[in-house]
Amino acid sequence: MRITNILCLLAAALLTGACKEGETAVDRATREGILIMGNTSEPKGLDPHIVSGVLESNIISALFEGLVVAHPSKDGVALPGMAEKWYPTDPQRPDEWVFELRKDATWSDGTPLTAEDFLFSFRRILSPSLASDYSFMLYYIRDAEPYHKSQRSFLTCRNDESFPVKWETLKKVDFGPNEKGETDFNKKGLDHLNAEQIRELEYDPSLFQWPESVSQAVRQILLEKNLEFAESGKDLWELIDFGATAPDPHTLRVKLNSPIAFLPEITKHYTWFPVPKHSILEHGRIGDRFTEWTKPENIVSNGAFILTSWKFNDHIQVERNPRYWDKENVGINGIRYLPISNLYTEDRMYFDGQMHITYTLAPELIEYARERYPNQVRNELYLGTYFIRTNVTREPFTDPRVRMAFSKAIDQQSMITNVLKGGQKPAGGLVPPFGDYRPAKTIGFDPEGARQLLAEAGYPGGKGIPEIEFLTTDKETSKANAEALQAMWKDNLGVSIRIRQMEWTSYITTMFEKDYGLAAGGWIGDYMDPLTFLDMWMKDGGNNRTGWHNEEFEALLKKAGNTGDPQARYRVLEEAEALFLSETPILPLYWYTRNYLIHPDVKGWDPLILDNHPYKFLRLERNPNLSEQNPNP
Amino acid sequence: MLRFIASRLLQGLFVLFALYTITFFLAKAMPGEPFTTEKNLSEESKAYQRALYGLDKPLLHQYLIYPKNIITEGSLAVSTSKGRPVKDIISQSFKVSVVLGLSALGIAICIGVPIGVISAVRRNSWVDWGTMAVAMIGICVPAFTIGPLLQIFIAANLPGIKVAGWGNPQDILLPAITLGLSTAAYLARLTRGGMLEVLSQDFIRTAHAKGIPASKVITRHALRGGILPSVAFIGPAFAALISGSFIVETIFQVPGMGQHFVNAVISRDEFLLLGVALFFGFLIVIMNLAADILTGILDPRVRITGNSSK
Amino acid sequence: MNSNAQDTASTEGQNDYSLLQAERGSSLWRDAWLRMGKNKVAIVSLVVFIITCLLCFGFAWFCKDPIQQNLTNKFAAPSGEHWLGTDAMGRDLFSRILYGGQVSILVGLVATFVAVTIGVTYGAISGFYGARIDAIMMRIVDTLLSIPFLMVVIVLQAVLSEWSTTTSKWIVENWGWNKEFTNRATNVLPLFFALGLFGWLTLARIVRAQVLSLKEREFVEAATSLGLSKLRVLFRHIIPNTLGPTVVYATLTVPGFIMYEATLSYLGLGVESPNSSWGILIKEGANYLETNPQLLILPGILFSLTLFALNFLGDGLRDALDVRASKD
Repeated sequence: MRITNILCLLAAALLTGACKEGETAVDRATREGILIMGNTSEPKGLDPHIVSGVLESNIISALFEGLVVAHPSKDGVALPGMAEKWYPTDPQRPDEWVFELRKDATWSDGTPLTAEDFLFSFRRILSPSLASDYSFMLYYIRDAEPYHKSQRSFLTCRNDESFPVKWETLKKVDFGPNEKGETDFNKKGLDHLNAEQIRELEYDPSLFQWPESVSQAVRQILLEKNLEFAESGKDLWELIDFGATAPDPHTLRVKLNSPIAFLPEITKHYTWFPVPKHSILEHGRIGDRFTEWTKPENIVSNGAFILTSWKFNDHIQVERNPRYWDKENVGINGIRYLPISNLYTEDRMYFDGQMHITYTLAPELIEYARERYPNQVRNELYLGTYFIRTNVTREPFTDPRVRMAFSKAIDQQSMITNVLKGGQKPAGGLVPPFGDYRPAKTIGFDPEGARQLLAEAGYPGGKGIPEIEFLTTDKETSKANAEALQAMWKDNLGVSIRIRQMEWTSYITTMFEKDYGLAAGGWIGDYMDPLTFLDMWMKDGGNNRTGWHNEEFEALLKKAGNTGDPQARYRVLEEAEALFLSETPILPLYWYTRNYLIHPDVKGWDPLILDNHPYKFLRLERNPNLSEQNPNP
Repeated sequence: MLRFIASRLLQGLFVLFALYTITFFLAKAMPGEPFTTEKNLSEESKAYQRALYGLDKPLLHQYLIYPKNIITEGSLAVSTSKGRPVKDIISQSFKVSVVLGLSALGIAICIGVPIGVISAVRRNSWVDWGTMAVAMIGICVPAFTIGPLLQIFIAANLPGIKVAGWGNPQDILLPAITLGLSTAAYLARLTRGGMLEVLSQDFIRTAHAKGIPASKVITRHALRGGILPSVAFIGPAFAALISGSFIVETIFQVPGMGQHFVNAVISRDEFLLLGVALFFGFLIVIMNLAADILTGILDPRVRITGNSSK
Repeated sequence: MNSNAQDTASTEGQNDYSLLQAERGSSLWRDAWLRMGKNKVAIVSLVVFIITCLLCFGFAWFCKDPIQQNLTNKFAAPSGEHWLGTDAMGRDLFSRILYGGQVSILVGLVATFVAVTIGVTYGAISGFYGARIDAIMMRIVDTLLSIPFLMVVIVLQAVLSEWSTTTSKWIVENWGWNKEFTNRATNVLPLFFALGLFGWLTLARIVRAQVLSLKEREFVEAATSLGLSKLRVLFRHIIPNTLGPTVVYATLTVPGFIMYEATLSYLGLGVESPNSSWGILIKEGANYLETNPQLLILPGILFSLTLFALNFLGDGLRDALDVRASKD
């Protein structure tokens, strides 16, 4: 009997312990000045030159700071970061920029930060051995691309005046790796063969397939140059005239391939952030990928916060950097990132008072959240477009009328209201609205027009149309979208499409191989300029995947590239987009919005289209009187 | 005894090698690459990344070098999706999985075995069916329903228990319950069956006839034989708990090993996949061996060297 | 068995012929049936399962189209038109549940059938021939058992999804089957494949153990001495005697597979949309737990009820057929 008594007491104690009214995690964090954020998943790393995801950039932007800093409430405005002043040397033709760095900038271990760090960083992300995902963000800089792609042939031959032919004639040569190459050497690429392999090739020319148009003489010269360089053991860096230079320790000059008026916007991206040269070289060489410099005990950074703990799959915590140049203006003491991948779990945790800001809000819970916590639901425009690619090389989408018909048959607003429920904006065109760029309004719901176009193309009422496969991922939302579209095309055009769901990697691979009729997809802009949405549709654009290309379109883009005046440039780009939309190689659906929950304690968080909030401007304040704001009623 | 253990371990080695071969070729057969990203990488970048992980070498070379590295360097390679050594990932997540697995197992035993005993004793009565119904919740209601229900009704209403997360001892409770319920069902069934068999035997009748109280008959005499089938099951059950906890881990945000099985396949991370699969295989071999030895200790009728063990 | 035979003999009269009759009549199956009769829950479960099957496979054809969306009538309450209301896309919930049941139950039954066929044959051969063949065959089983099942299914899905589209096209072109049906069938095939690939393993073990012990019995000796070939002995005499545990296990495997299908649907590897299975319905419903719990509860109830019924039925069969050999 005694034992059972004790057990009952124990159970009672546990129960009361569980029922005790205590501080929630959020209460405590606000008190301590720590912002708790949902960050969807474990980061693949914290090295700005290796990662490529949004969740990693959320953490990296707390730890590191670039030349400029985003404004907390205004898109497209740049505030001083590591640079105090910046300007193009020729405002009419901004193809060279000067950044004057602040003299008091230091790393978190006290080492001064100079222009050398930037040069080192640029070179590092362009090092072939680092195998970065995002090197192309720096291709604007002169000679960055040839170096990164190890274009040995190009670099050794370009200054040779006696070279017999124009370089354009050699376009079909497999200088770089070609997966579909006929021989092993073709698969590797001429520029990537080592000295021994080149000598083998000289003995046995059949080991490498050249295009017919290239003469024996030219082949010989190329082989010689490549061999000479390979045997010299030099690094290609010595052959280039890299666009970024440092005339003095606090000045950075960047020479670009073509005029770019919005370069400061590009530098907001973490690929342009500096990394600590001294610290990285302590743990390895410039091109080494798996070093320990990002471990919490080693990492050195220059941003408002430093990394204090990283528990895998549990949380990452950053706290105030005492050596930050602007430390007096940093409003919070730290940030804790929680890698929660399940949307519903994240939302339930928020409702349970365990975090300040969620990464996202499940569509099913949007209305529920709006009712219960009206001021805490945010619905903000995000720089991205959701569209459907058409495979213009496959029937029936070879005919632009069919493509346009399919686009007109989509009732965008209905999809948004009934299926997506995220308050997205129907896409009038491809590029989302921001700044002075005038968004297109040509895409819209027009079922009559759609039917007419389809009939004109030879498929009246949908009869006789070949089978169409709609490729999409296996996510819940993708499925719902696909089903809704399927129903719309059936009702409005009389066409039955077949949905093919694949898990993500297979979906990407299949889409890249153009093995689809229609494919769901989207694009998120990397920086604040319409070009990030438009330059992917060039002929050999790696992200095109539709088979569409148009010379006039590319000419317009080139023209925009040479237009210095920002407003005039926007008009040219708008023209390009209009041309693009009239051909409808893609069917734009909606412009992204982000839905998430944010606790009223968080102040200073304004909507930004790139969602790149500079954390230092935030504050955490509890309003004691307003109990109706308490998320735990 | 020692010979038995040694021969089983040797067999286990063969099993692991076969497992390695199968997993290796399955991984290679999957369409797509670990470096498939939505924003297309240039051919050069992909080539550099392949070279970095040794994936550009011929197939046979890759096949042989992986076990070689395990033996010579104790290395399980680096995960392409997480950028960290696979060994680190496994060792960290395994600790969590062990705690979760053991807790789930404990709950399963506390629920399953008593229910099994009670239903056997009160066979074909409402007690039997009622308790068995409770035990079977784990295999009749999916985990991804039990989990959220627990989250909403218990965690949201009891401030001391969090909806999700892992760090405090009380965080173990809800995930362990969700995970353990299915094992509880099997244990209940096994115990019930075992008890029924034992209870129908003559020596039980003798014990009753001698006037020993019913409760003692059950606990002192019947139980030992009755739980035998359950004991044999515990080994593989533990291994299954560790690898099958993916759903519980995502719902309750537990940093365990189960999620790696699934995520490694999705991200085509063959090194992580191999590491986890081999680790799991190793666990099963050891667990089976332990279960067999335990059965041998508990049941003198089963001579370990014979074939009659299940 | 002996005691029953004697009882019947004593009550039914005593000529030799009727003794023989009585002994044969009071076979395993008859005893089992009698025992089952006492097990009320098992009988109820059988009835429940039969009713569910009738509903899903019979009554379903008379219900509304489960795919028809109606985005203006989402989350409707039960009404005369929609007996259980509508779901998130305005589709009739009642018919979706019934059609979903078709897929889930079919998956369970077919996969079990495959598993039983392979498992019994494999286990019987292994047990019968014994010695080295047995050792090799069982080691193969061990190896397969140690592969994490989920991983294989995912891989198979990825590998076979391409295969299934091409095969489906080929079948439609060359054999002229109905396109929709073929697509549905080939889409679910990898699932069956994976389930079948792993479902037979434990059954093989059970059958093998049974065969090993049966092998030593007199009737086998008698059969072989009569000159029957080994195979004939195996298939005609031994295997039928293993049917007890096999039937039990098969009945218990069906709900296991139905549950697996639900788990795979949770991971997005189940059947293709817009078709549904119970797993998909439950998964979708779980997302609406806070707002429209009926989307989870209604399919969940039928799902769990079916599984409970099958489990109780299996347990009842085990009690009846297999009281002595209580493995796993």
